[in-house]
Amino acid sequence: MKRTPPRWLAFSLLALGLALLPFLVDAGMGRSWVRLLDLALLYVILALGLNIVVGYAGLLDLGYVAFYALGAYVYAWLASPHFGLHLPFWAVLPLGAALAALFGVLLGAPTLRLRGDYLAIVTLGFGEIIRIFMNNLNAPVNITNGPQGINLIDPVRLGSFSLNQPHRLFGVTFTGIHLTYYLFLLFTLMVIFISMRLEDSRIGRAWVAIREDEIAAAATGINTRNLKLLAFAMGATFGGLAGGLFASFQGFISPESFNLMESIMILCMIVLGGMGHIPGVIFGAVVLTLLPEALRYTGDWQRDLFGHVYVDPADLRMLLFGVALVAVMLYRPAGLLPSTRRRREFADAKG
Amino acid sequence: MDIFLQQLINGLVLGSVYALVALGYTMVYGILELINFAHGEITMMGALVALAVIGALALAAPGLPGVLVLGAGLAVAIPVCVALGLVIERVAYRPLRNAPRLAPLITAIGVSIILQNVAMLIWGKQYIPFPAILPEGRHQVLGATVSDIQIAILVLAVLIMLALILVVQKTRLGRAMRATAQSRQVASLMGVDVNRVIAATFAIGSALAAVAGVMVSAYYGLAHYYMGFLLGLKAFSAAVLGGIGNLRGAMLGGLLLGLIESFGAGYIGDLTGGFLGSNYQDVFAFFVLIAVLVFRPSGLLGARLVERA
Repeated sequence: MKRTPPRWLAFSLLALGLALLPFLVDAGMGRSWVRLLDLALLYVILALGLNIVVGYAGLLDLGYVAFYALGAYVYAWLASPHFGLHLPFWAVLPLGAALAALFGVLLGAPTLRLRGDYLAIVTLGFGEIIRIFMNNLNAPVNITNGPQGINLIDPVRLGSFSLNQPHRLFGVTFTGIHLTYYLFLLFTLMVIFISMRLEDSRIGRAWVAIREDEIAAAATGINTRNLKLLAFAMGATFGGLAGGLFASFQGFISPESFNLMESIMILCMIVLGGMGHIPGVIFGAVVLTLLPEALRYTGDWQRDLFGHVYVDPADLRMLLFGVALVAVMLYRPAGLLPSTRRRREFADAKG
Repeated sequence: MDIFLQQLINGLVLGSVYALVALGYTMVYGILELINFAHGEITMMGALVALAVIGALALAAPGLPGVLVLGAGLAVAIPVCVALGLVIERVAYRPLRNAPRLAPLITAIGVSIILQNVAMLIWGKQYIPFPAILPEGRHQVLGATVSDIQIAILVLAVLIMLALILVVQKTRLGRAMRATAQSRQVASLMGVDVNRVIAATFAIGSALAAVAGVMVSAYYGLAHYYMGFLLGLKAFSAAVLGGIGNLRGAMLGGLLLGLIESFGAGYIGDLTGGFLGSNYQDVFAFFVLIAVLVFRPSGLLGARLVERA
């Protein structure tokens, strides 16, 4: 019989690892990778949010980035010199998330009858509409500052403790990106916790029932309308939250950051990782955030192999990224870390 | 009135190109229920390959008549695109035919990223101008201007669509395609070689895409490695608007989308009292699309999809 270490030991090791991670990465790979770590956490939040809509409830949403954009713009409007407002982050973040949730319901309500790919195209259109509005609402009244975007967004600040300056605590210097890491980690853990609790709740199981067969779900007394709207709203809330965090982290947002490719990327994260399975989704988000950056090293590999850089790594990396997407799906169609349920389903379908 | 007529003509020309690309989406979807995300990129490849041939010919033999040069461009671009379509189907979609539904969607996205970047590596990031080989004739019709290129696009597109309908309705291959679309399993029990039919569908769709790509680049006078993305998106929207899986729906949807766009660009400023400019034309198109789908959830001509277990 295999002996597993006690749970508390595994947990405390994991916690210690997560706490030390930014310093290890900083020492081993450089400051820019700590920044990427922050971004990866942001994408974990986004991917878990989309996972509720696509993975649990089975509603293919290609406009998810719209909620991310809304959260980011709400933060930028309420905490930057653009309108001269500087509300604190703990007031702005929930507002952004709430507005995103509202838009989630607004998008969900008229599309309840749509299925599969029709829903995909409507959500895609919704995402594009939001982006085009953000791009053009600088005239006649300047609301979004158009393609230039909004600048000088306030960092997360509590009293005089601001996240964009280094602080010395317990004899260790924490820079802004280290502190951001801990803040994002906190939110990420919260989102993971909520996702886990949802998965095993009545609501989560009702979502899975809707995903598998909507008519049968309705026949067993599930209120499919409300639950689908709830899925949209929950997913959008996480998207809005991530948007606010993104705005505070970057200090600058523009419509460019919220294009269709971003939605597709987040979808790739959850499908590649293992749809509907929390560890898989987290893994997919981290891998797909770090992979394009890691592929920048292809220039060095070329130099080592041929003594000469034939193809600019910046041009090559997206190509390799595409190859990786295809290869992973061909060899692991259910994702890198599929849930046992999906693995079983897939084995059935094959046999 | 002349503005109305002008927008009508522009919309019809643009719409007939959308329709050609939309047909590729809809044929594949009808048979495999797969959004072939890479289809827009095949269109782009068709345009760029044809442009490369046309550019080379225009340099090598400057005296050649424009139509001949264009024909040569198409004669190379079509087989290249057909080959691409077949390879993509074989490598990226066929192994996943029984996989979870989103898996082939992701490989499709992967393939389209690959094609975009390959095109960027070959042709660079700059816009490639379409050489001035075609006659620049313009005609005045009731106050609107129609160019020779527009007439050629419209006539060619209509002919191709008629031919496609004939193929699907009257030939053995067409019958096999319709049978496969209804049920892959039963069709194969009736002796239809399903793999061949699917390959043929991809081949036809890719050939249409190549022609459409050349049309677009001739119409706008340029081509670009990224042009397939927006074109594919619009054509896919058109296919959904008409009812995806339905050939006539794709044609109708394409024409409608072209008209909506061109009228949207022409009139949206007047309609909103100057508040929204023509930069909102895409918003307008998507609003119409969403509105249509809300009231007709399976598109204008789409069959009501029966819930599948």
